[in-house]
Amino acid sequence: MTNVATTRVREPSRLRRWVSRHSPPYVLSLLGVGWMLLFFLIPLGSGLIVSLETGNPVRGYNLTWNWHIYSQIFVHSDIPYTTFFIRSLIYGGSATIFCILIAYPMAYFIAFRVSERWKSSLLLLVLISFFVSFVIRTDMWAFVLADQGIVITTLRHLHLVGKNFHILGTAGAVIGGDVYNNLAFMVLPIYVALEKIDLRILEAARDLYANTRQVFLRTVLPLSRAGIFAGVLLVFISTVGDPVNSALLGGANTYTIGQAIQDAYLNNQQFNVAAALSTILMAMLGLIMFVYARVFGTENIENLV
Amino acid sequence: MATGARHEPRDRRSPWLAIFYWLVIVVTSVPILVMVIYSFNNAPTSRITFAWNGFTTYWYRNLGQVSGLTHAFLVSIEVAVISSLISVIIGTPLSMALGRYKFWGMGSINALVFADIAAPAIVVGAASLSFFLSINLNTGLLTILIAHVAFNVAYVVVVVRARLSGMDRSIEDAARDLGANPFVTFYRITLPLLWPALLAAFLLALAMSIDDYVITSFIAGSTVTFPLFVYGAAKVGLPPQVLCFGTLIFFVGLTLALANGFLNRRHLAVRAATEDSLTK
Repeated sequence: MTNVATTRVREPSRLRRWVSRHSPPYVLSLLGVGWMLLFFLIPLGSGLIVSLETGNPVRGYNLTWNWHIYSQIFVHSDIPYTTFFIRSLIYGGSATIFCILIAYPMAYFIAFRVSERWKSSLLLLVLISFFVSFVIRTDMWAFVLADQGIVITTLRHLHLVGKNFHILGTAGAVIGGDVYNNLAFMVLPIYVALEKIDLRILEAARDLYANTRQVFLRTVLPLSRAGIFAGVLLVFISTVGDPVNSALLGGANTYTIGQAIQDAYLNNQQFNVAAALSTILMAMLGLIMFVYARVFGTENIENLV
Repeated sequence: MATGARHEPRDRRSPWLAIFYWLVIVVTSVPILVMVIYSFNNAPTSRITFAWNGFTTYWYRNLGQVSGLTHAFLVSIEVAVISSLISVIIGTPLSMALGRYKFWGMGSINALVFADIAAPAIVVGAASLSFFLSINLNTGLLTILIAHVAFNVAYVVVVVRARLSGMDRSIEDAARDLGANPFVTFYRITLPLLWPALLAAFLLALAMSIDDYVITSFIAGSTVTFPLFVYGAAKVGLPPQVLCFGTLIFFVGLTLALANGFLNRRHLAVRAATEDSLTK
């Protein structure tokens, strides 16, 4: 009897000790994680639910598990959504490649060719356009590159281009805008990766008679792979879905899936179509990123942002 | 690693990298220059024009003239300040958990934070609207605040966690050894050391919130924020006052960033000096 009593007394205190040792991180994360679960992760799921509803804006929508919406979007649609998807992937892919080509030399310059005290200033300059509102800075490009804008009128005066030359409304303008708006997201992770490289490795490579090109291709480039990976992830994801650059810098022939989702939701109030498009986009990006991570992957991407 | 100049061992240095860097910086500065310059253009109409009609401060003196613009700007400031405060308040404990403990579920939380930052805005916006429709919450100021906190928490975590991982834990341990309970330790030791990171996180959240167009466009209802106003106006031509607001935001933001960088540097210098004197 006494035995039982003592265990009964001891049990909660042990439990309490166990709880007090293990609970702090959970208590600390509660609000932050709760908010992200409730207002970020669950909404992503509710997008799928809304896409399976049928109805119309006037009568309202009901959940009918209408999976046909997904085949309708690709096959039996008056609106060429497949084209928008492919176009957006091409724009996002091109913008990402251009970002790597431009960002790598910049990050390399800051990491290796600049003395310690100037590095933060040069990084701030890379970020300078972020101090102007996204919509304003993109529209300023539209202003500069417009048919009556300063660039085209100058080119016409110099007789470098004909009367029918346009920049706005072309795929080039949209991709250019995407590159401009996302360049820093490529420079920063590559810079962080380059900054982590132990310079003795490069010295060792040189001591072993590697020439400049070999040092770069065999040591610097592989060691900065994690940075490129993180940059590609951030830039590709944000450019494929972006509706702003294609709306402000593009035209009728550059309509992207981002614009399609916005229009379906906000102008046509086809909630189910919009939710389906956004679910497809998310699944598509998830799949591409998964395959990409498998092929070029690095262990812990969380640490790179 | 040496703290001095960190140069790649290489004898010949071509200037092309430097030229390339500065060329890109010049190109990315074009929209900023155009914005600042044209905010002073004496345009004959209340839309920005390509022709330069002389210098004026008229638009700055009549900032409030455009109906809706000032209100949208104030809404944006309000949303930014409140959502950033909430984000820092709930994001800081989360960063402490991730930076100071090893616990079951930590990997999933890290992945959640990463997904929150990497997720495409268009999908997050559309999904948030789906969610608010599903729970019958009318879109407006409240939903904007909720959504802004949802993406800003992740940015706060990234900034604060980075600072925590670089922080010397021995001071906290010493406080605990001297009998301080966890709350006193946090309030007297961790918080003062973390202050610059909290400020940086707050400023970053502020910037992300003021700048967000895509997510807000879905869940704003009839509320108009500054980016929503600018986007709507962009289709018919911007009023010059938009450029004035843009210029003001630019210089205020730059000043805050520089001040924060300066504070950080001083903070680091003070800490280095303290550690130096302690080791002697």
